[in-house]
Amino acid sequence: MKSSLNKVIPLKRAIEQYVKNSSHISIGGFTINRNPMAAVYEIIRQKISDLHLYAHSNGTGLDELIGAGCVSKLEIAYAGNGKAAPTCIRFAQAVQNNEILVEDYSNYMMSLRFMAGAMGLPFLPTLSGFGSDILTKWGLSKSMRKSDPKIVDEKLIVMDNPFGNWTGASKVLLVPAINPDVTIIHVQKADATGTCSIQGLAFADIEQVKASKHVIITCEKLVKKEELRQNPDLNQIPFIHVSAVCHVPLGAYPTAVFGHYDYDSQYLRRFAIAAKNQDKFKKYQDKYIYGAKDHEAFLDIIGQERIDTITADPRTGYSVNMKRD
Amino acid sequence: MKTVQPYTPREIMTIMAAREIKNGDIVFSGTGISMLAAMAAKNINAPDSVIFFETGAIDSLLEELPFAVADPRIMYWAAANSRLTDAFATMQNPITGEKVIAILGAAQIDRYGNLNTTCIGDYHSPEIRFSGSGGGCDVASFVPRCIAFMQHEKRKFVKKLDYLTSPGQLGGNNSRQKAGLRPGGVSVVVTNLGVMRFDKDTGRMYLDQFYPGITPEKILENTEFNMDVSRATLTDPPTKTELTILREECDPQRLILD
Repeated sequence: MKSSLNKVIPLKRAIEQYVKNSSHISIGGFTINRNPMAAVYEIIRQKISDLHLYAHSNGTGLDELIGAGCVSKLEIAYAGNGKAAPTCIRFAQAVQNNEILVEDYSNYMMSLRFMAGAMGLPFLPTLSGFGSDILTKWGLSKSMRKSDPKIVDEKLIVMDNPFGNWTGASKVLLVPAINPDVTIIHVQKADATGTCSIQGLAFADIEQVKASKHVIITCEKLVKKEELRQNPDLNQIPFIHVSAVCHVPLGAYPTAVFGHYDYDSQYLRRFAIAAKNQDKFKKYQDKYIYGAKDHEAFLDIIGQERIDTITADPRTGYSVNMKRD
Repeated sequence: MKTVQPYTPREIMTIMAAREIKNGDIVFSGTGISMLAAMAAKNINAPDSVIFFETGAIDSLLEELPFAVADPRIMYWAAANSRLTDAFATMQNPITGEKVIAILGAAQIDRYGNLNTTCIGDYHSPEIRFSGSGGGCDVASFVPRCIAFMQHEKRKFVKKLDYLTSPGQLGGNNSRQKAGLRPGGVSVVVTNLGVMRFDKDTGRMYLDQFYPGITPEKILENTEFNMDVSRATLTDPPTKTELTILREECDPQRLILD
């Protein structure tokens, strides 16, 4: 029998198929880098709501999703959008106005939670966070946890080191696994079966992918299987973890993709300014998100000149001497 | 009487932090002034110090100043581009962890060097929400030395934090160790007015140095809690060499210094 492992589908269909109201999702990247923005904008266009979002440090994607009212619960370590918004603006407003529930962790805790999920473990131990309010203050209440089988009953647990004082640690702090319904990441290269090659920092994308029931990959380049198989050392995600592959060039714009393009600091600043004011923000969304039928149409609004400015120098992987606002 | 100093508050803060970094240190850096301090140390007094980022890049070349710890500028010419779990393992690792010095910022600090980067007001309904821990809680838990960069104001040097994000000496007197933490946390605080350290026994913050043109009294006026100033001495001001290297080699475009 001939193998027919072709997972390539249009992004619109991938979101329709895998991201539902109330889904538990995680998105890859870090603050202003490799956020799966085309997928984020598609989720917003499809008006998906009540999402439970997991991330370690996220910025642009998280703030757009919150700004569009897609998120009701959030488990994170950090919400910042680089220089344009050291604290994500829509995130801060939503928390201050009690519009979303947020539960705080550290970056390592969130990374370990995804890793535990990827390993099929209930938890992993760390030595981070003893004595902090991250340990004692819960964003999701005990009763909510009890009533929702998708949320673990306890936030974090401290226990005595079961190996005595081995390695000098008297106690360990246990972080519970996360197994999202869907993880979406954007990568430089993927093939039709879903094998991925990430260039530059992988952040926690690999753990997020492997922890997840369904995985949507958006990619800059959709390449032949042979190209990735010639250098398997450069591949971080084998196809067995992946549900759908969507070819979306510039799919992380306005965030950066190492080796391809820089973040668009002008766009991020425009977003930050709009985010501070409800009327301006609605105009911003109408123009850039709802006013474009897909990512290609969105990029048409941005224009080729701006794309040329942020295009990466092949030597450095970023746009050299780009004016950064 | 006010005397004009031949350097800006940002410049003296950067130099003071750079002086804390020793040759061979592994410097955990954020963005902005903390990254500039790490670069200044490398160029002035610690050529073999290594800058690394929680995102997983280690010993990046930094031809251009990055604006975020996920800036593609940190990925170029690094010794390795790995991922978050590796970066935090480097801090927890018993061999490399001992050499790590971190530079952190915060919205609030208390007398025991505990930091708040999460919120002002009640956690469940905050008046002001900040970005959150990021890797701050992790690094403050793991590594022996941390520099905190702060603006010296009463509302930032508080008796009680609204939220304890990153542990310092917790309640002092060995409470850090009792809670399960390794020795470490914030060991020095660099502000626009002076340099503070922590008493070995009590874990309490004391004034170590005040800058030229600043008095210990002025520092106390800008601190909500009581602080021992009896050990304080006047800072050796930034030297011509330090300032020249900082201005001409580290941030010639004054992206961060201004």
